[in-house]
Amino acid sequence: MCILGFQKGTRLHLSLARNSRKIWVSGLGKRSVFKINNRDQLRGMALVSPTLIYAILLLAVPLAVIFLFSFWTQDYLTLDRSFTLKNYREAFSDPLYRTLLFRSLWVAGGVTVVTVVLAFPIAYFVSFHVTPKRKSLWLFLITIPFWTSYLIRVFLWKVILGYNGVLNSGLIGLGLVDEPLTFILYNANAVVITLAHAFAPFAILPIFVSLEKIDRSLIEAAQDLGESKYQTFRRVTLPLAVPGIVASCLIVFIPTIGDYVTPRLVGGPNGLMIANMIQVQFLKLNNAPLGATLAVLAMVSVTVIALVFIFLNRKYLRSRS
Amino acid sequence: MTKPLIQLKNVTKNYGDVQALRGIDLTINEGEFFSLLGPSGCGKTTLLRTIAGFEDVSGGTVMISDKDMANVPANKRPTNMVFQSYAIFPHLSVAENVGFGLRKSQMSKVEKNAAVDQALSMVGLDGYGSRAAHALSGGQRQRVALARALILKPKVLLLDEPLSALDKKLREQMQAELRNLQRQVGITFILVTHDQEEALIMSDRIAVMFDGEIAQLADPQTLYRRPNSRQVADFIGVMNFLPATVTSVGDTVTAHVDGLGAVSLSGDQFAKDVQTGTAHVGIRPETMSILQESDTGGANVTAAVVEDRAYYGDMTYYDVRLDGGDHIITISMKNLVDRAVLERGEKTRVAWNARALVLFND
Repeated sequence: MCILGFQKGTRLHLSLARNSRKIWVSGLGKRSVFKINNRDQLRGMALVSPTLIYAILLLAVPLAVIFLFSFWTQDYLTLDRSFTLKNYREAFSDPLYRTLLFRSLWVAGGVTVVTVVLAFPIAYFVSFHVTPKRKSLWLFLITIPFWTSYLIRVFLWKVILGYNGVLNSGLIGLGLVDEPLTFILYNANAVVITLAHAFAPFAILPIFVSLEKIDRSLIEAAQDLGESKYQTFRRVTLPLAVPGIVASCLIVFIPTIGDYVTPRLVGGPNGLMIANMIQVQFLKLNNAPLGATLAVLAMVSVTVIALVFIFLNRKYLRSRS
Repeated sequence: MTKPLIQLKNVTKNYGDVQALRGIDLTINEGEFFSLLGPSGCGKTTLLRTIAGFEDVSGGTVMISDKDMANVPANKRPTNMVFQSYAIFPHLSVAENVGFGLRKSQMSKVEKNAAVDQALSMVGLDGYGSRAAHALSGGQRQRVALARALILKPKVLLLDEPLSALDKKLREQMQAELRNLQRQVGITFILVTHDQEEALIMSDRIAVMFDGEIAQLADPQTLYRRPNSRQVADFIGVMNFLPATVTSVGDTVTAHVDGLGAVSLSGDQFAKDVQTGTAHVGIRPETMSILQESDTGGANVTAAVVEDRAYYGDMTYYDVRLDGGDHIITISMKNLVDRAVLERGEKTRVAWNARALVLFND
């Protein structure tokens, strides 16, 4: 789910960046495959075909299977392939699924806000205050968290945030608190903290790129026209960084909504998200169709939110220019 | 009338070991069109940026209207700048760009809009206010940048190579427009350019800069006719140089010039510190002429051979070798109706005027 979500995220980002839907459509559309009428196109198709085949086999086909499954039913190990909307009815009527889905959206939203708010100053610092020679070193350092596996990082957060963890024993040792803090582990807060850390580089890089693209003479021009540093930031730097911020939001939001490992490890019972329920349906309850239904609903939610976000961004950019 | 507006005293600027400005002393007057001219890397843009407040000086003082600008940041200085890249805000419309600096002004919204419209009409962009900034051509961007700076009624408008990105025709048009605009608004303009022609056309005075120093500060005619060094002479227009020997120094200077013979030069044709010995003499191509057979010429006529020629339509540029010298010099002639264009190898006579010569110490 996580990987699926992320690939979707990159693609959305691509289409956003190039401002064209063709890339999006050509990945799935069959028409373009058959419309080869000259050598150039043939060469182009040859170039993209490994990726295309890969995408169709590992993305489109599983997606289609999930979609199909959501209209079937399963009784222990036997699959009933007759079309039904029973799963959707169940998914909509049982408050448990709704709670989990809304919690997923809520946590992903929180992670997005926290990550992007924390990422912006770092991206700004590297873009505006680091000498050009050192910038690549800084970007390299920012990727250090990726040197260890995602799973190990989540476990480390468990150690840091735990009842007798690094943070609590440190705070008690310093005499700042009398009892260990309990609101930082085995709940949604812990999920937000952990995911915000994990996705920080993903958020920093797009913002950094959009800040790098700002012509420095625009900053000088704003000051030349009488604006203070703060007003220059508000009126020039920030509006011009919006495309990067939007990309960051999507890159963080889309994969976190389907994240499964982090809520499982640090979320406790009240921090579980929709992906955990999907796993339970598929593997524990042997109800793949309902799991598939929940997966489809999660994907639809992400798509709707992402599209609304992109739409608002487009509208903002249009009204600005 | 000529009231000093900007005074620079011994201004220096160092970037690490590199000295970008080496002790600049300069006074720029109110209402003046002043140009900083020089090759790239001569420090002219750095000098402009120290006036604007984008660069701190390493030493010396910058005064505007008798006020020391040492602790005055760029946004508090009575200067506005037109950037080389124009720096038009891409996320704002033309009107929003032009009105950018009016945020803190006391004007009402209606007055602000009127001011924007007026500024746009001043630069010939009536009705462009709602256009997107990115939909403008190079010349239009330039005009928006001008309007955006002039709407704030600065004491000084700083122009950093504003015309270098435009094609030749548009550049010439904008040169005339800028000059007219300056006369109209009466604001001091300081133009940075590497284009000597542009500086000559537009400026009241020009400071020629080399290596972080002002080599010569003069009005265009003096600069062209009486450059004070070979370097300046070479940078401004075309100048022929002939080796010479100075034979006597006094109120007038006599020298023997290769190919031209003995000449006598008066006061403004040589530097104060001229000494006897070897030197060079400079002469502009258009101050000499190729004589036709019927022409009698003046006092100074020298025989010559055409080595090469380039036909430009309105002008012909001849490279000729003067009799009694090894040096090839360039002479430009207007192509008049009854004047034949000479071919390579033809023998001819060259007339010249001793008043056109400038002596440079070696």
